Amino acid sequence: MTPNSAPAAAAETDTDDFEAALLVLVRRVFPGTGAIGNLVRLSGGASQETWAFEAIGTSPSPLRMILRRSPPGYTAPFRAAGIETEAALMQLAYQAGVPSPLVRHVLAPQDNLGRGFLMDCVEGETIPRKILRDDAFASIRPKLASQLGGVLARIHAIDRTKLPKLRHVTAASELNELKNAYKKDGQPRPVFDVAFRWLEERAPQGVAHDTLVHGDFRNGNLMIGPDGVRAVLDWELAHTGDPMEDLGWICVNSWRFGHIDKPVGGFGEIADLAEGYRVAGGGNVDLDRIKYWETFGSLRWGVMCLGMLARFTSGEDRSVERAVISRRASENEIDLLRLLAPRTR
Amino acid sequence: MQDSPQPQEIVAVVSAMLRDTILPQLEGRATFDLRVAINALELVARQLTHADSSNAAEHARLKALLGKDGDLTALNHALSQMIEAGALTLGNPELCEHLWATTMDKLKIDQPNYAAYIAELKAE
Repeated sequence: MTPNSAPAAAAETDTDDFEAALLVLVRRVFPGTGAIGNLVRLSGGASQETWAFEAIGTSPSPLRMILRRSPPGYTAPFRAAGIETEAALMQLAYQAGVPSPLVRHVLAPQDNLGRGFLMDCVEGETIPRKILRDDAFASIRPKLASQLGGVLARIHAIDRTKLPKLRHVTAASELNELKNAYKKDGQPRPVFDVAFRWLEERAPQGVAHDTLVHGDFRNGNLMIGPDGVRAVLDWELAHTGDPMEDLGWICVNSWRFGHIDKPVGGFGEIADLAEGYRVAGGGNVDLDRIKYWETFGSLRWGVMCLGMLARFTSGEDRSVERAVISRRASENEIDLLRLLAPRTR
Repeated sequence: MQDSPQPQEIVAVVSAMLRDTILPQLEGRATFDLRVAINALELVARQLTHADSSNAAEHARLKALLGKDGDLTALNHALSQMIEAGALTLGNPELCEHLWATTMDKLKIDQPNYAAYIAELKAE
């Protein structure tokens, strides 16, 4: 999906069988396909494989396609919506006018390719630092927050009766889960304790209307072109719940990549996000709940760093990268203090 | 007592050698991996340099805040439980001051280039 991603080795896959099965499928979905070209595995996402290739012979120019699939034998964590659900949500999003690649085919057992789906390749950039720095995006950056507000309004407006089965998330249920993960680590972290307390005391009761929530709507999961938002990616954590969760998550400081004075993804203002949301029919946003979910998101990311620590300590992953990422929980601690106990100057 | 040079000095010359001599000879993935490794070594060097004084300061603040003695881990557990129980809140200026000081000392070692840390440092 990302042109800048380095191709990774096609390990664990019998490449010949895989290519043969893929060709059979592509010929069926796109009659006239003669061959498959430029098949590369894109990096990113240990839980899912993403392959890019061209279907040659279908039209004057080859069709660029993406196959996203779960590796054989992969068991999704319980939080994950499931790869067929992702495909269904992307189809609904596409129909609702959300920038999204067109899903062409959902894998069936007889395709012999595991579980996953085939979609159009959308060209664009997902690497946050490039989006925030490169000249190509200079003129679109100030408009992104408003565009993304509109995108979220359309996602949240998707008819709930059409949704596949999804987890329902409330602040209280999610806090409980996070707290268990925190307690499992065992090391006391007073800043996290303060954040838990603050969030528990303010957990929204009975949100006026629950909607589809993307669940990971942030700089890094958005494909951006010089003209704006081209695709919303990674629906793996989609669920139903408080729509303000998506607006808060994109404001978490971790997704600003150093551009801390631009709360929306490091490129925009909350007022613009809110205006885009309202204009696209999402109604008035609740700024307090956005801050609530931003705080929640920062704590959640910090607790996830503890999970990295557990994987390192247990010996499951003794990589240098895993060791140092575990030392990033303190970033969330300072972010939480800036939110909850800002220093008077 | 071990002879000099001290660990932080040795780690410093190792990471300088890796950065200045080895890194320019590498390409692709190896460059990225070595950068991560150098950053990790620099974190270790900062911890060797600063941890004694920041732990001592944290310990002193905890004893004052909680009005009791114990080792650093035990006092942090006690603080954690008091916050969870609502016995100490952000309304308490000493608690806020302690959390800020402790967090700033952690970032100084863990992530001194984190933008929020730099902004807070400037404001001090």
